[in-house]
Amino acid sequence: MRPFKFSNAGDPATAITLVSANPGAKFLGGGTNLVDLMKEDVMHPSELVDITRLKHADIEKTATGVSIGGTATNSFTANHELIRKNYPLLSMAILAGASAQIRNMATNGGNLNQRTRCTYFYDVNLPCNKREPGSGCGALKGVNRNHAIFGWSEKCVAVYPSDMAVALAALNAVVHVEGRNNAKRTIQFADYHRLPGDTPEKDNNLKQGELITSIDLPTNDFAERSYYLKIRERSSYAFALVSVAAALSLDGNQIKQVRIALGGVAHKPWRASVAEKWLMGKEATESNFRAAAEAELKNARPLEHNKFKVVMAKKAITRALQGAMQGGVYGLEG
Amino acid sequence: MEDQLKFPDLTDAERKALEELMPDDMSEIITSGLKRRHFLKLITFTGTSLLATHFLGIEQLMARTTAGAPLPPTGVENGVNVAFKVNGSTQKLLVDSRMTLLDALRERLTLTGSKKGCDHGQCGACTVLVDGRRVLSCLTLAATCEDKVVTTIEGLADGHTLHPMQAAFIKHDGFQCGYCTPGQICSAVALMSEAKNGEASYVTRNVRQTGKSVKLSDEEIRERMSGNICRCGAYPNIVDAIREVHGDKAVAQVWQFADGTI
Ligand SMILES: Cc1cc2nc3c(=O)[nH]c(=O)nc-3n(C[C@H](O)[C@H](O)[C@H](O)COP(=O)(O)OP(=O)(O)OC[C@H]3O[C@@H](n4cnc5c(N)ncnc54)[C@H](O)[C@@H]3O)c2cc1C
Ligand code: SF4
Ligand code: FES
Ligand code: FES
Repeated sequence: MRPFKFSNAGDPATAITLVSANPGAKFLGGGTNLVDLMKEDVMHPSELVDITRLKHADIEKTATGVSIGGTATNSFTANHELIRKNYPLLSMAILAGASAQIRNMATNGGNLNQRTRCTYFYDVNLPCNKREPGSGCGALKGVNRNHAIFGWSEKCVAVYPSDMAVALAALNAVVHVEGRNNAKRTIQFADYHRLPGDTPEKDNNLKQGELITSIDLPTNDFAERSYYLKIRERSSYAFALVSVAAALSLDGNQIKQVRIALGGVAHKPWRASVAEKWLMGKEATESNFRAAAEAELKNARPLEHNKFKVVMAKKAITRALQGAMQGGVYGLEG
Repeated sequence: MEDQLKFPDLTDAERKALEELMPDDMSEIITSGLKRRHFLKLITFTGTSLLATHFLGIEQLMARTTAGAPLPPTGVENGVNVAFKVNGSTQKLLVDSRMTLLDALRERLTLTGSKKGCDHGQCGACTVLVDGRRVLSCLTLAATCEDKVVTTIEGLADGHTLHPMQAAFIKHDGFQCGYCTPGQICSAVALMSEAKNGEASYVTRNVRQTGKSVKLSDEEIRERMSGNICRCGAYPNIVDAIREVHGDKAVAQVWQFADGTI
């Protein structure tokens, strides 16, 4: 690991000022992604500012829903009564990720900003436009089994690995950030992460020095019917091949509202808006779920080694919606 | 030669470790005889394993049981002064900002019970408790530990009484080589309090049902322990050990000595 300056920010303004002033500086959350990448020499910040002691770790009711702190841990968030009762989809998604130890360390802000697990990105001897712009994308014509089927560009075919963010996408969350000189702004979740386009080195639209202070979860009526399904190579402690966050509200058996977001298929959580539109006002039946999934995946552009993800995603969407219909009870989705 | 007769089924390294570890109790052990299994119990108690005695050598094995003074740092870059509690005693260290908690424990505090398996968050061998919760010490920078309370495998026993989880791992043979064991045990100890707090996991039937104290099925135990990898595949026995400590019923021991005793 390369040398870096370390400091412990006493208050958010100091942390933001320090990181804004130095382009090589980074906030340090739980460190579960950043420290790993620093050991691999994929990232080499010249300065780290520990933000885990800042007062942005609360979870509280607001006029429009619930706000979760940017520095609250993933474990604390997933287990909080307000989240488990009102946003079980978020609890399930967080609990599907990593391990108990990592979730105890990981912060909500850090989770959103975790980087791809593309093996070319991780190996500093191989070309990667995300790590080193202009060096080429090793995965495009290389081993791309774990890569994107939606939204990729010739510059980068990586997928974004967070489970938590897939649920936040389905829940229409809003990210609150604070920059230098008290400059606060909000970012709709759909606009937070980016597709790779010509600048795959940019994962999201956060500016240097901007701190995620909290994430708002708008009130919804999905608590009774939501499900997070994660398909992976082993039954736990592995990243998703494909994951689905599904939420429904019904009028009788007619679909009043539906949200579907996919993980493991694109450079950002992928809202299945084609499937959502298809389902609006329809009966909540398995055959309709299947047809909606079919419609969504028509637009998929698989790579050489990941055609299986198209089939997998169709089945996963159907199963996740069924899981939601079963009240979000684990293992009942069929 | 004489020693070899006293402990016919121990290797040279094990015999030597034993002599240095328990000089006072030697005569008692000599008269009552010693089985290899008992030796393993002693070694587990000190927070290491049979393999560690071979690999680390006697000096390091002993360093854990004495109050060895921390080694002075050589060439600290971007030094950070930290003070935190480890197994009840306050430690003050000047660390390089790059030093992980795992390396600080092992290299500076001679607490080599916590193991470095992957050094990248993928195996759980380095699991310790920080402020009562399980974390990975290989991804924790030591500089972030100011004022924290750290408990390692060396701090679980109460004097000479094993922590119930340590005893259960021995009873159920929850290990083979033992390399993952300190991490498994620390993880399992934390799991007990998480279950008591009613925390959920991905396989929890219904996360919307909150409340105190959850009863863990084997599936729940496996999911909640999935952050601890065991190359030897001792998983079924690890689950047995945890079920025994978690439940109110004793779980039958499945192994016995060749002479039929347990
Ligand atoms: C072995 C392993 C398995 C994993 N498996 C999964 C999995 O299955 N699913 C999954 O979703 N995740 C998984 N993860 C990833 C894990 O969830 C992330 O590493 C974690 O959420 C990152 O949070 P952190 O607080 O540790 O971030 P850090 O590593 O501290 O930071 C990550 C990035 O976020 C920035 N940052 C941190 N906080 C803020 C903030 N408040 N504002 C602005 N920027 C900030 C940092 O500067 C850094 O760039 C796994 C990780 C490991 C090591
Ligand atoms: S897919 Fe993206 S992250 Fe992977 S090698 Fe190509 S540019 Fe790099
Ligand atoms: S050594 Fe820390 S997880 Fe493997
Ligand atoms: S006992 Fe050998 S790795 Fe688990």
